[in-house]
Amino acid sequence: MKLPKITVWRVIFAIILAAGLYSTYLRIFYGLGGSTNLSDKFPWGIWIAFDVMCGVGLAAGGFTLVATVHIFNLQRYKPVLRPAILTAFLGYVLVVVGLLYDLGRPDRLWHPLVMWNPHSVMFEVAWCVTLYSTVLFLEFLPVVFEKFGWHRPMAWVHRISVPLMILGVLLSTLHQSSLGTLFLIVPSKLYPLWYTPILPLLFYISAIGVGLAMTIFESWHSSRAFGRALELPLLINLARVLAVVMSVYLWIRFLDLAHRHAFELLRRNREETWLFVLEILLTAVPTLLLFQARIRRRPGALYACAVSLVFGFIANRLNVGITGLEAGSGTIYNPRWTEVAVTLSIVAVGFFTFRLIAQYFPIFEAASHEEEAAAMEESEVDPVGVG
Amino acid sequence: MPKAILYDSTLCIGCKACEGACAERWGLPYNDKVAAEEKISAHKLTAIETHGDKFARRLCMNCLQPACASVCPVGAIQKTTLGPVTYDASKCMGCRYCMQACPFQVPTYEWNARLPKMRKCDMCYARQSQGKLTACSEACPVGATKNGDRDELIEEARQRISAKPDQYYGKIYGLKEVGGTSVLYLSAVPFEQIGLRTNVPQEPLPETTWRVLELLPDVVSTGTVLLGGIWWITNRRADVAKVEGRKGGRK
Repeated sequence: MKLPKITVWRVIFAIILAAGLYSTYLRIFYGLGGSTNLSDKFPWGIWIAFDVMCGVGLAAGGFTLVATVHIFNLQRYKPVLRPAILTAFLGYVLVVVGLLYDLGRPDRLWHPLVMWNPHSVMFEVAWCVTLYSTVLFLEFLPVVFEKFGWHRPMAWVHRISVPLMILGVLLSTLHQSSLGTLFLIVPSKLYPLWYTPILPLLFYISAIGVGLAMTIFESWHSSRAFGRALELPLLINLARVLAVVMSVYLWIRFLDLAHRHAFELLRRNREETWLFVLEILLTAVPTLLLFQARIRRRPGALYACAVSLVFGFIANRLNVGITGLEAGSGTIYNPRWTEVAVTLSIVAVGFFTFRLIAQYFPIFEAASHEEEAAAMEESEVDPVGVG
Repeated sequence: MPKAILYDSTLCIGCKACEGACAERWGLPYNDKVAAEEKISAHKLTAIETHGDKFARRLCMNCLQPACASVCPVGAIQKTTLGPVTYDASKCMGCRYCMQACPFQVPTYEWNARLPKMRKCDMCYARQSQGKLTACSEACPVGATKNGDRDELIEEARQRISAKPDQYYGKIYGLKEVGGTSVLYLSAVPFEQIGLRTNVPQEPLPETTWRVLELLPDVVSTGTVLLGGIWWITNRRADVAKVEGRKGGRK
């Protein structure tokens, strides 16, 4: 028997998992009190703000690309569709895993499906996430059928695919925005740099943006991991759309802050001010850079911009879900190491599973070479002027 | 007629009889150590706070339009017509959105339990529905906590203010805060000086999310037609292009 080669990444992975397992033990046997720094004044921590809010957002590439390829019929983006759907599906599964840690009674995860309260945003999110996970599973099934050559179920899935995709886009629209709506109920707690009645709109647009950024991020990593050519012309086009989406987002954000006279707050030397500036810089700088063809054409720069946008997005969700709430809640929250360990484990397992599935299933060779060639030809000529 | 509690801080002597009665009603342990804790928690659903020489009692405000009840995804929290806001632990899945949403930070959690519940005062729903007073108001030796019909208590509070205007800060807390609460406060000093939150909105909080949620049918119907339409047009265009034998137009 051959032992697996020991590499730095494998060691880190093992350490993270070991810490995660021990934290899981603490969570199960000592409750939320024994495994988190949550308190009566601060009931939501990184398991909600990162695992759920960022997790759902980072998985937004799934619905964005389904809409692009199948509804807008821009077939040249097909090569990045399957990885996006896989990311989304894994993302949602991991969000549910995160919820199992965070819920006080994970055994009652199913309750919202039978005990209704249509006035609750959380109820809507619960239903949307459940339904959308099912949709993503069905959207991913063709990959499995293709792998094993099952033609009859393949035809069956194809028959329902259009309504399924429309449903998927609708459900995503609803719950991506609803994650913002969740925080409309705390006007006196959330710092005014972030509290705005248009939070749902901002959450929706930024989710579309980060979905595209994650697609670029994944393509770059998978091309390195599997030694395949980068779909650069495609990514360049995606990056252009991404720049437009993020500009719209930043512009709306600017108008909103101006109308609420919130810019005054930036004069205060507070933690919130600096975190806000950080969030905006992480978002605005790559957006501006991506408008330049010179930057877009360089894979390294393209990748760096995508990463920066992902971090800007994460900063935003953490600001809304944690930092922006601290002052209003009259307390400070810093995650306990166990919370961080669980979160890192979930992310690590996500990367690992993605790699495993991508290795054994036809994720990247979905598009025929013809289409790829056509995409190359058309690159940078046809503006995807949807914005 | 909805019930309410009127707490008059100027009458309160800080004897904590309400705390003891409350603990007994919930079957929670009460001793000197618990009595010394000046904040509500999962094992102490009401607490007397000291603010200089003034006292302030903390308990669930049992809002007229409670944020907690509106956000609960499983409907475990309900506003009863009698006034109290009740909680059904058998439904609760522990998402703690009620705690996040409460503008008064009232709901507390059994953080160290393996099968935890949320905990908060329910204004003695069981007792009040049998026509009895809440345990705290029955226990209060000086009438600082008074239980009765909300309208009558508001009237009484106004009379107390007008009878002794120099002894009261001339307002009733809970009349308009978050659209009105079932617990009303009178005080000798401005309310923020006895630890009450004066930055809460004057309109009911459930409105803030409902304004968005009620758009859901519009989004779904418009979205379906829009997406379906776009799909039809783009695919039709590709089909036509194929039949006419052109290269696939905008692919």
